[in-house]
Amino acid sequence: MTAKILVMTSGKGGVGKTTSTAALGAALARSGKSVAVVDFDVGLRNLDLVMGAERRVVFDLVQVVQGTAKLSQAMIRDKRLETLWLLAASLTHDKDALTADGVAKVIGELREKFDWVICDSPAGIDRGAVLAMRHADVAVLVVNPEVSSVRDSDRVIGLLDSKTEKAERGEAMEKHLLITRYDPARAGKGEMLTINDVRDILAVPLLGVVPESRDVLRASNSGAPVTLGYPAGAAARAYDDAMRRLAGEDVPVTVPTDATPLLGKLFKRKAA
Amino acid sequence: MNLLRWIWSDRRSPPRATAAVARERLTVLLAHEGMRRDESDLLSRLQAGIMAAIQRQVAVQPGQVQVEIHRGPSVTTLAIEIEIPA
Repeated sequence: MTAKILVMTSGKGGVGKTTSTAALGAALARSGKSVAVVDFDVGLRNLDLVMGAERRVVFDLVQVVQGTAKLSQAMIRDKRLETLWLLAASLTHDKDALTADGVAKVIGELREKFDWVICDSPAGIDRGAVLAMRHADVAVLVVNPEVSSVRDSDRVIGLLDSKTEKAERGEAMEKHLLITRYDPARAGKGEMLTINDVRDILAVPLLGVVPESRDVLRASNSGAPVTLGYPAGAAARAYDDAMRRLAGEDVPVTVPTDATPLLGKLFKRKAA
Repeated sequence: MNLLRWIWSDRRSPPRATAAVARERLTVLLAHEGMRRDESDLLSRLQAGIMAAIQRQVAVQPGQVQVEIHRGPSVTTLAIEIEIPA
């Protein structure tokens, strides 16, 4: 088995890397693939919490990298999907605890055992972020339709094209754009950058558009990837579509919407 | 109903599509920042090329070759400083 290594990256914090890692990881696992999601945010781990596995973390990535724990001891199997596994980041160490050689070794082992390895990058463009993207075959840029997020993503594109193993071999890094927290109504009114604006400015092909949705907070509150917690909602459907495109299916990009509640519809009609 | 909405709506300024402003600012900014990135790529390639050419004749260390670009309003100059050991 040779896994595809995917890095979920953005530069800016708070745009939805961890949410997207959990959601895409769970969607891939439910489609029958074996998936490892790896938290690279050493010191500020949260993927365990979003996946609902925070009380089951015994060993973490830093201990595996430093050789004080075996990979098999540190991998946590998801309770809902048996092909979904988590490797948590460390709470106590700082991001300098990861060594380049140690990370290379862990990624090499994961590559043999899974179909997909999703690396959840820390925010920023320094060492931790570079280590997370270092061995990637494919990068997903998580972007909010907002100026600072777009600018930071452009910086990250520069890193992906220079600091990764793939770039150093002279190969082109495969990049995809995942726009999150998109509000079609505001974009329609000219209050928010549109999907085409973001795609054209960054010149990266679109993987998916996740609309602003209440499901995302609800799901993280209860420790479930949104694709498992609220599978019928707009956000989950957007992630499912993105997952199918990642897996190579030809799925047209649409922005899923949540059905307007009946009462809301009635009021809208009255007001019009 | 429409009259009510007209009264309540904000009529102080015409609706402005701020997204268009964002798009324009980003396009200008990223073009500029991309240029700076290309420039530093160019510098490191020049430095490596010059080093290789000189090392064929003289023994110099990487730190002894300095390459700089000065971008002026109309002219861009490239300064190359090579320290050759006596």
